Amino acid sequence: MFRFLLGRLAVLIPTFIGVSIIAFSFIRLLPGDPVALLSGERVMSPERHAQISHELGYDRPIVVQYFDYLWGVLQGDFGTSISTKEPVLGQFMQLFPATLELSLCAIIFAIVLGIPAGVFAAIKRGSVLDQIIMGTALIGFSMPIFWWGLLLIILFSGILQWTPVSGRISLMFFFPSVTGFMLVDSLLSGQDGAFTSAASHLILPTIVLGTIPLAVIARQTRSAMLEVLSEDYVRTARAKGLSAFRVVGIHALRNAMIPVITTIGLQVGVMLAGAILTESIFSWPGIGKWMVDSVFRRDYPVIQGGLLIIAGLIMLVNLIVDLLYGLINPRIRH
Amino acid sequence: MATPAAPSGEFTGSDPVDPSRRARFAEFWFYFSENRGAVVGLVFFVFLVLLAVFAPLIAPHGPNEQYRDAVLVPPFWQEGGRSAFLLGTDPVGRDILSRLIYGTRYSLFIGVIVTTISLIGGIVIGVVAGYFRGWVDTAIMRVMDIILAFPSLLLALVLVAVLGPGLTNAMIAIALVFQPHFVRLTRAAVMAEKNRDYVIAARVAGAKPLRLMFVTILPNCMAPLIVQATLSFSNAILDAAALGFLGMGAQPPTPEWGTMLAEAREFILRAWWVVTLPGLAILMTVLAINLMGDGLRDALDPKLKRS
Repeated sequence: MFRFLLGRLAVLIPTFIGVSIIAFSFIRLLPGDPVALLSGERVMSPERHAQISHELGYDRPIVVQYFDYLWGVLQGDFGTSISTKEPVLGQFMQLFPATLELSLCAIIFAIVLGIPAGVFAAIKRGSVLDQIIMGTALIGFSMPIFWWGLLLIILFSGILQWTPVSGRISLMFFFPSVTGFMLVDSLLSGQDGAFTSAASHLILPTIVLGTIPLAVIARQTRSAMLEVLSEDYVRTARAKGLSAFRVVGIHALRNAMIPVITTIGLQVGVMLAGAILTESIFSWPGIGKWMVDSVFRRDYPVIQGGLLIIAGLIMLVNLIVDLLYGLINPRIRH
Repeated sequence: MATPAAPSGEFTGSDPVDPSRRARFAEFWFYFSENRGAVVGLVFFVFLVLLAVFAPLIAPHGPNEQYRDAVLVPPFWQEGGRSAFLLGTDPVGRDILSRLIYGTRYSLFIGVIVTTISLIGGIVIGVVAGYFRGWVDTAIMRVMDIILAFPSLLLALVLVAVLGPGLTNAMIAIALVFQPHFVRLTRAAVMAEKNRDYVIAARVAGAKPLRLMFVTILPNCMAPLIVQATLSFSNAILDAAALGFLGMGAQPPTPEWGTMLAEAREFILRAWWVVTLPGLAILMTVLAINLMGDGLRDALDPKLKRS
């Protein structure tokens, strides 16, 4: 297991260095003067330009600048936002719980609905139920989620008036952030109706962000189940006279879950990409909306830092998934 | 109900067309047409291609023609609808049906260009990596890992921010982001084929590396690439529409479906048709291509073939 971990790290570290080079060179690829871009000052005298250039360290060789940048990153310095003058990492930490809460709800939604749907479709292979489930899954898989979000807003917020249109909680409520998770914080605050408000704000974004993972998980579960159900040991279990529930629920499902767990791990990147669209539609104050807003504000240090943090996060999650997978399935370690 | 037997590989006739190629197509069609969804997808896709090609003949109005007296007219079946604007008009009085028809051109064009660029690029890089192995392979795969470390839409968004918003830059960004999937698939297929007898025979016969790579090996690696290409086609349409929706793709007044959605957003609670219809067009196009993709996978993947 230790060697397996070392092998993974040997691939991961050069990849992270590559990612940091991309994030570092990004500002230099932009048309225009990086000093002007970074300082946010459009018009400046040559003396002022030289002074800022020196402050930012731009008068040094590029390799020195890169290692300086990398050294800063390793110490948690991802630069400073032009528009708010706050450190990028601090902003990220402040906004990340919102995205994490939404993503967790969405993945739970996808798993709770997707795995049973896939199992039923596999058991009733070829039936009308199978066709309906797989047809729906393919529609979900093909869904432009930004449009799906707008449709849900028209129906549930516009016509039925059941859910709010945007934000994380009604402006009536105010309480200190303890965990950063609105569902937990609203419960802790003890205010009447706060939890209901937070939950009703969360429903539509959860459905929108969970739709594609739901479709992918249902399809993957079905094909994994079909493969396992034709195995000899399942036939043996059936021949022994075990109930259908035991055969499917205990014997088959456990083995079918191995590829499904990998699929769920791969959804992390999908979720973060989906968060960009979902958070923009619902004005959800998370890192997806933060990145889009920064692109529009041309807040390059935020784009640069955010890109690096998000990529690092995905790499970390992939490493954890790999390691878990190695624990569950010892064959993979070799 | 008896299922018809698969046509045998040795189908020969008096036809002058290369018999083996014809038989292979017949076999492919046999498996493809067994999947009803795939055939429906194909028919709808052909319909879209015809719409795109003959857009100026079919569309009742120009895509950017404004009718000042017809702002936010609902579709014809609703009260206040007019037969001149079957699917209604948008906030500046343009005919939605015509814009949707012209939009087909953009979406299919995006799909074709992005898939072609990432397919060709991915094949060349992947074949080189899989054929030469060693440090070339390691270097290429590390670069691909780096691209894959970013969420694709985020990387595309940032690339467009660097290159400047617009349809061309959006396509370049999406093609770049899709590249690694083709590289990985090609490399894996080439590595599997490289030491087969027919390749060794060709090498012994004196074939040079370039010929071995692209003439001998590549045609036998195409099946997974074709399936991935259909998937890229539909994803390219989705991502380009998403960039358009975020304001970073095609710019107004281009009748691109994602851009149309972005322009219509503020009217979402007042005029359902300006929001609903462009999204429906995206969904149906992507769905048709994905249905075809499932059929292609069934027809081309030998593991799933029932003989």
